[in-house]
Amino acid sequence: MSRVRVLAGTRKGAFILEADGKREKWKVSGPHFPGWEIYHVKGSPVDPDRLYASQTSSWFGQVIQRSDDGGKTWHQPGTPRGESTKTPDGMPKGESNKFAYDSSAETGKPLTTHQWYDGSQKPWEFKRVWHLEPSLSDPDTVYAGVEDAALFRSTDGGQNWAELAGLRGHGTGPQWQPGAGGLCLHTIIQDPVASERMFVAISSAGAFRTDDGGKTWKPINRGLTSQYIPDPNAEVGHCVHRIAQHRARPKVLFMQKHWDVLRSDDAGDSWREVSGDLPSDFGFVIDVHAHEPETIYVVPIKSDSEHFPPDGKLRVYRSRTGGNEWEALTKGLPQSDCYVNVLRDAMAIDSLDECGVYFGTTGGQVYASADAGDTWSPIVRDLPPVLSVEVQTLA
Amino acid sequence: MIRVVLPQHLRTLAGVGGEVTVEVPGEVTQRSVLDALEARYPMLRGTIRDHVTKVRRPFVRFFACEQDLSHESPDAPLPREVSSGQEPLLVIGAIAGG
Repeated sequence: MSRVRVLAGTRKGAFILEADGKREKWKVSGPHFPGWEIYHVKGSPVDPDRLYASQTSSWFGQVIQRSDDGGKTWHQPGTPRGESTKTPDGMPKGESNKFAYDSSAETGKPLTTHQWYDGSQKPWEFKRVWHLEPSLSDPDTVYAGVEDAALFRSTDGGQNWAELAGLRGHGTGPQWQPGAGGLCLHTIIQDPVASERMFVAISSAGAFRTDDGGKTWKPINRGLTSQYIPDPNAEVGHCVHRIAQHRARPKVLFMQKHWDVLRSDDAGDSWREVSGDLPSDFGFVIDVHAHEPETIYVVPIKSDSEHFPPDGKLRVYRSRTGGNEWEALTKGLPQSDCYVNVLRDAMAIDSLDECGVYFGTTGGQVYASADAGDTWSPIVRDLPPVLSVEVQTLA
Repeated sequence: MIRVVLPQHLRTLAGVGGEVTVEVPGEVTQRSVLDALEARYPMLRGTIRDHVTKVRRPFVRFFACEQDLSHESPDAPLPREVSSGQEPLLVIGAIAGG
């Protein structure tokens, strides 16, 4: 029988939640890396035992952790495959993980500054890894979206990282500026059909696409309107919170922006708003049903600055028409006095026949629905604030 | 041998308990001690000082002999008690935030 493994990153460690295909009884393990912020944990689609975790701290910086046994044990990458991850005297053999911005001549335009909140230019400075995206074809290849915004890639299982500098170097970098959460690259989508195509999103710069494996990039923000920037229709500067894609329809993209839910039917070349009858078109997460490419999910949040659900009711909204017409999904979710947030990487979809939907809150709950959102129940209620949720569907 | 006391999270990362000792060739300074520490425990690179600039991370402090040495030059000699192994260099995670 199939199983699911939910990977939750929180402000104070990682947790792994496992259940069989019924998704009723859950086994919880963790905290892994207690006391550290775990921005993201994600498994390789080709080797589900291979997990990568972004372990970060304002005190001690960035660490990449890797598991080769589905999260039972972890180590810092640096050990050749098949060798023990510890020395004979029990010491870890791993090395630290250096994220150094590319300043080589090959980038063509070494880029040293981006825009700061006050409009001045500020040097790029590495802070943390927000998102890890393992390759669709090789468990040792993994992409990292970082703050200050840039894209890195490792091809040796997370030990060494090199920047794909064409993204920062394509020309608009000096116009990028941080959102409230920082200047972060938080979304990485590898196209399942066009192997050289990839999408990324940055707060606050917008969405970008490469069609040549990451060498060159172009902004794909036509149709986005943001009243909080001087030119609401500018090429860059939009605070995109999340993009989602269905593998069967890779040219269709769905976006939750700082305000507005949008879709593109041409791989991001143009976007149109599909917020429709949502109670708030602000939010962070957006995701697509595993088997229905026009069924999408968002969690409306009140803004600016409140960042909690409207009316104190935690509601997932589902559209079965690719946007515009939305239904509130409330069964099992708190419908009074609820003031949590759902952050941008904190929703995931499993691929069981009856599609499961998962999300985590800043109040420490991870909710699961085993019936595509019709009903919900908490897997756990009292974790630290949840930063990210991923799910693996296991044979 | 130079004695170094690490904060708890870095002990976990390095797989060590309590105090560690490192051999430091030449003059004993913050830089030479950290170079030796990172050579012995490569997983600590980037956690105490920046990977690239080698500047001390803002929330990390260096204490020894009841003095805060955090703002001393990284190339200044450490106190004789540290270089003689009588006292440890303390690497401290600042008490701040949650």
